[in-house]
Amino acid sequence: MKYLEEYRDEFFVKNLLDDINSIVTREWKIMEICGGQTHSLVKNGILNMLPDNIEMVHGPGCPVCVTPVGMIDKAVELALEKNVILCSFGDMVRVPGSAKSLLAAKALGADVRIIYSPLDALKIAEQNKDSEVVFFAVGFETTAPANALSVIQAKKSGITNYSILSSHVLVPPAMEAILSDEETRINGFLAAGHVCTIMGTLEYELVAKRHNTPIVVTGFEPVDLLQGIKTCITQLENGDAELKNQYTRVVRNEGNKEAKAIIFEVFEIGNREWRGVGNIPSSGYKVNNKYSEYDALVRYALKVENGKENKDCMAGEVLKGLKKPHQCSLFGNSCTPSSPQGAPMVSSEGACAAYYHYGF
Amino acid sequence: MPDMDFKVITMGHGSGGKLTNDLLDRGVFNLFDSEILQKRHDGAVFNLEGNIAFTTDSFVINPVFFPGGNIGELAVNGTVNDIAMCGAIPKYISLSLIIEEGLLVEDLWEILAAVKIAAENVNVQIVTGDTKVVEKGKGDKIFINTTGIGIMHSRADIDMSRISADDAVIVSGPIANHGMAIMSVREGLTFESDILSDTRPLNEMVISLIDRFGEDIKLLRDPTRGGVATVLNEIAHSCKVGIELQENVFPIQKQVKAACEMLGIDPLYVANEGIFLAIVNKTVASEVIDILKSFEFGQSSVIIGSIQKDFPRKVFVKSKIGGRRVVGMLAGEQLPRIC
Repeated sequence: MKYLEEYRDEFFVKNLLDDINSIVTREWKIMEICGGQTHSLVKNGILNMLPDNIEMVHGPGCPVCVTPVGMIDKAVELALEKNVILCSFGDMVRVPGSAKSLLAAKALGADVRIIYSPLDALKIAEQNKDSEVVFFAVGFETTAPANALSVIQAKKSGITNYSILSSHVLVPPAMEAILSDEETRINGFLAAGHVCTIMGTLEYELVAKRHNTPIVVTGFEPVDLLQGIKTCITQLENGDAELKNQYTRVVRNEGNKEAKAIIFEVFEIGNREWRGVGNIPSSGYKVNNKYSEYDALVRYALKVENGKENKDCMAGEVLKGLKKPHQCSLFGNSCTPSSPQGAPMVSSEGACAAYYHYGF
Repeated sequence: MPDMDFKVITMGHGSGGKLTNDLLDRGVFNLFDSEILQKRHDGAVFNLEGNIAFTTDSFVINPVFFPGGNIGELAVNGTVNDIAMCGAIPKYISLSLIIEEGLLVEDLWEILAAVKIAAENVNVQIVTGDTKVVEKGKGDKIFINTTGIGIMHSRADIDMSRISADDAVIVSGPIANHGMAIMSVREGLTFESDILSDTRPLNEMVISLIDRFGEDIKLLRDPTRGGVATVLNEIAHSCKVGIELQENVFPIQKQVKAACEMLGIDPLYVANEGIFLAIVNKTVASEVIDILKSFEFGQSSVIIGSIQKDFPRKVFVKSKIGGRRVVGMLAGEQLPRIC
């Protein structure tokens, strides 16, 4: 496959590893933001190939993992008590809420459907005019345009039995929160290529400048990741702190203007609770007033409360990069992908699941 | 299609009364012409000599018509293949239908026709069966159970305990077709593709391997649910051996690979219905491949790895870039990722 196989090439990987080895002189902590990047680093065995003085810290970039328990509880409540058809992306349905996951709600008779595109949820609404359909709109900036589009389409086509439960989170405010946290001491970032495909790179330039920290927009294949790491290390060794774009085959500086316009037609920026991390100001999208009839929170007058979590679960520390998954006492014992205690174990993109699945 | 005076299956067709008899007479008995079945007894009576292999499987696939086949042929091929994996020659199967009220008769007919063709194709007889109807909402169009009996091949010695270090692990064809074909038509996940299910009988290929290599064929498994990775993990755990696989040799069709990449699904865990894994003595491995390649559906057969003394109970993949990773057991269903 073009633009894929060449980024998995053994020869390029070896050369990049040699380069990185020859550049690095000190210890550096680099955080890869996106769960997809974490997954690729682990799956391809890259963590074991890097020199010892480069530590990869796994960031909070798994939207399923950072969706607050209280929000999952609301989705479960909608599905079980309000008799709606609850549509969700696949990896969200297994995440435990306070009492149960959406999958458990489904087993109890709730109508929970796994979809791949929010437009399919809209189709389900069209086909089930006597039922209410709610789409659990989780994700980073990447999935926001399609989710917003479903709302625009619903309004245009006069579909009134459709709404979204928005739990969208934004990457740059999370990076700022991590950089402002004195414990973390991250030296550089690999920013998430997919998010930047939509949003462009400007916000990241500002973060890099404000915090004097190099940021490299990076893709997901082994060669992408190693090029990103090399570019980041080179900057760190030279004392530079700029925004660089490794993922130029996909990401343009200005991002995708049409997609951004669609996002801001439907959403506005608001404060957001991140599971394990806490409240981060201006770090999420909520449905704006113009489309409030499509906001499930408004439509069903839902009040999101704090959910219950296992106290021993270190998901928060893992998501902030303070702890590695296997440093948690629950990891592999009472917490496994079949009985996850925290979200990073349940989503395939979560750091704990990646470590568990690939045998760390 | 026989001329029926009803278009949908109703509860009455499962009552045992006239409607049931109409359906069985004109539908089932008319279609399957086994002498044993035509005796219309409560059970099938026949004579078998030698050791037998005996297996059962239930089919609840949704949708019942999928790219590359339907639940009917799947139900026959699935049981035929389970018998073949024992090293036996499939002879007789039972056919049990649980139909949801409201199933279109023409759909039932198409499914039964597929059963008939699949059975004839491998020379097995449908000798007994059952038909039940459940209320709307209590089933999912149709569920089928098939139970099969086969006679063991005299040279077969398929036994997990015979696996030892250095044995070769062979896959008979491209992986992940069935699961991805189903996924492409599941509600909510529909994507355009020309991926077809690989549902097919494997008995002919298997029997020719046992004819030729006898006890050098140590284990045969068809990696259906859970895919190649799950079966290999079961083997590694049961036999306390390690299994090392080479990532860059897995046979996989381009469009299947692309669909897996797009949905974020590991093809090693995706269901197959028309390939098998063989663990064979290293000394015959390349000859096994030669034989498999002489079959239409064995063209992409390949040695994907080997049994190791080190790292017992673990399955490893050597990644394309030279890294090594564990391929574990899957927890629950593989779900498409969000982005």
